[in-house]
Amino acid sequence: MKVRYILPAFEVLRDESKCVNCRLCERECANGVHSFDSERGRMIANDAKCVDCHRCVCTCPTGALKIAETKDVYRSNANWSRAAIDEIYRQAESGGVLLSSMGNPDTYPEFWNRLLINASQVTNPPIDPLREPMETQVRLGSGRVKIERDENGRLKTALPPQLELQVPVMFSAMSYGSVSYNVHAALARAAKELGIYYNTGEGGLHRDLYGYGDHTIVQVASGRFGVFREYLDAAAAIEIKMGQGAKPGIGGHLPAAKITPAVARTRMIPEGSDAISPAPHHDIYSIEDLRQLVMSVKEATGCRKPVIVKVAAVHNIEAIASGIARSGADVIAIDGFRGGTGAAPTRIRDNVGIPVELALARVDDRLREEGVRDNVSIVVGGSIRSSADMLKAIALGADACYIGTAALISLGCHLCRSCHTGICNWGIATQIPDLVARLDPDEGARRLVNLVTAWKHELEEMMGCMGINSVEALRGNRLMLRGIGMTESELRLLGVKPAGESM
Amino acid sequence: MKINANGYTAKKLNIMIGRSNDESIEIEGVIGQRYIGTALSGKILEIEGAPGNALGAFLDGAKIELFGNAQEATGDTMNAGEIVIHGNAGDATGYAMRGGEIFIEGDVGYRCGIHMKAYRGNSPAIVIGGKAGSFLGEYQAGGTIVVLGDGRAGGAVAGYFCGTGMHGGEIWLRSQDAPAALPEQVKTERVKGVPSNVEMLIKKWCAKFGKEAINYTGDEFLKLSPDDANPYKRLYTPN
Ligand code: SF4
Ligand code: SF4
Repeated sequence: MKVRYILPAFEVLRDESKCVNCRLCERECANGVHSFDSERGRMIANDAKCVDCHRCVCTCPTGALKIAETKDVYRSNANWSRAAIDEIYRQAESGGVLLSSMGNPDTYPEFWNRLLINASQVTNPPIDPLREPMETQVRLGSGRVKIERDENGRLKTALPPQLELQVPVMFSAMSYGSVSYNVHAALARAAKELGIYYNTGEGGLHRDLYGYGDHTIVQVASGRFGVFREYLDAAAAIEIKMGQGAKPGIGGHLPAAKITPAVARTRMIPEGSDAISPAPHHDIYSIEDLRQLVMSVKEATGCRKPVIVKVAAVHNIEAIASGIARSGADVIAIDGFRGGTGAAPTRIRDNVGIPVELALARVDDRLREEGVRDNVSIVVGGSIRSSADMLKAIALGADACYIGTAALISLGCHLCRSCHTGICNWGIATQIPDLVARLDPDEGARRLVNLVTAWKHELEEMMGCMGINSVEALRGNRLMLRGIGMTESELRLLGVKPAGESM
Repeated sequence: MKINANGYTAKKLNIMIGRSNDESIEIEGVIGQRYIGTALSGKILEIEGAPGNALGAFLDGAKIELFGNAQEATGDTMNAGEIVIHGNAGDATGYAMRGGEIFIEGDVGYRCGIHMKAYRGNSPAIVIGGKAGSFLGEYQAGGTIVVLGDGRAGGAVAGYFCGTGMHGGEIWLRSQDAPAALPEQVKTERVKGVPSNVEMLIKKWCAKFGKEAINYTGDEFLKLSPDDANPYKRLYTPN
């Protein structure tokens, strides 16, 4: 007798009075949960296969479906959660390393929600963004130049290359292969319309998207997938990926199953072989070595493009950032431990790294102390969920934010966290043509543009209430923040005063 | 065109190379300048001296011939072209190259050919006249690496951990001794004589360095290849 150790986590609830047996759910669910029982003449569901992506719920024409957490419970135990027990069953069955996706879902403290924003009252007036100009444009790049002029007063110094953003937010690296072509197409179109940038991730740039190069950041990772001269030339900026918040110290590994002919072509690798890019760049063991890669990328592009170095937020991020600020890089991107991923070992995702709020505050402080803050811009990502998170990040010292998960949610992602399976009913983290076709790039671009535009308005509104009229003036303005429910040391690390303490 | 590199930065050199209308450019007196010939296409460089790291990085079709020793990261992410080194080459030579050929008269350092990949019609190759350091062909995903071990009486011609993480391509070692600490997923095969593609590479190498192919091609080789293109697939369990 075969015993099932792992029991379904979800229950598919079908309201029989509403279900008209149209069988749409059967077609919409690529996980094969729904089927039609012809004997009994009604739809049935195999709960065990459900990942709670809500596709069937959202598409059911009569609203007959709901997904609920199972009412079946293991004997309650404050120490042994159901997840902890199930994971042991999985490993006892397979002997494998657990693989998960999307950001760390665990109940660690986070700090965005413990930061409160100031508002102007009486003595300095708020600003009405509907009436007064508000500047949300920012420039990313090195500001470290000694201006020299020739005898005619003309500028001798070549100004370092910069990126200009109309809103201090960009779409963070998600590789073609881990996400679908239609996701990239939507991101590219939206970035162009918004006057911002999207990041290709490390999987190369699809031929058809070269036209969006002015709004594209291309990535160079240890596996160098799809990296060649034209790729570098096409981009507005180049990002060297040293680490990723969801899996610091772990590289990318796209299984052969996700490598379709088009993905292989874009990555410039053979079909049918895994695409492995280990965390270590085996040519980088020091800041000197990093500098060399930064410089050779610059050399390859005639020094016309800013170079970003992306690292995960880890314990000694301050020292790392301090080195990067001296490596010739123009921008440091810091990815916090809540950052998303298409696939990462569960243990790494859930246990490695630190919150980006702390990393950001410390790095900003350290670079200021050392007088090198102007060498680089700082971009942070790793679970920026709203315009308020974005504003707080800027007030802590960031120049701009990266959003990945938020962008995918705007495209329909329901955070079912099954990207690593290659089946995504929303057409996002999949290469299955029928599923990819569910995401219309134009509609996707429209939703992304809406999201960022709404955030821009909210940012203006919040800045207005603080009496600040430009992102420039907000940046690093920690006096505008107060901490609530934090320990002394957390307040100290973030460099903010507790709520209730005045200026 | 002939350039004396003395006193020029790498950036200046690359600008001069780029602006020159000559197809063929000789550069002498090179002393430590890095990134020479980065992403270059359609030119032939002859270099004398000691260039710094990343010679011919992202090379895109140009030919570089160096009379001297190369440092680290020669031909990093090379896409197409040819690099010939009359001397030794340092670590990470041919990192992630996916096209073109590198011929080295002498030895290479660690991690030569790491991440090398084949791509559509392109199959990159590195031929090493002497011996290779440890981690030769690490994460190799395609292409061909040949180590001739010229002038060596016996013993392995590559260092420790050859082919770690290898999941494509081939390594040909002219030796009867397997390198130490070969990883499990690497298959070894003793072969007398080489197939025509490897023979072609050896002949090219010989032509460049004035050697007789007949002295190499019929010898006993050790062929290394991965036993699985998806080496990590069994490791994971969806959670
Ligand atoms: S996996 Fe998604 S589509 Fe399938 S039953 Fe569950 S919620 Fe519905
Ligand atoms: S991208 Fe798709 S598979 Fe991944 S969490 Fe979102 S809905 Fe689920």
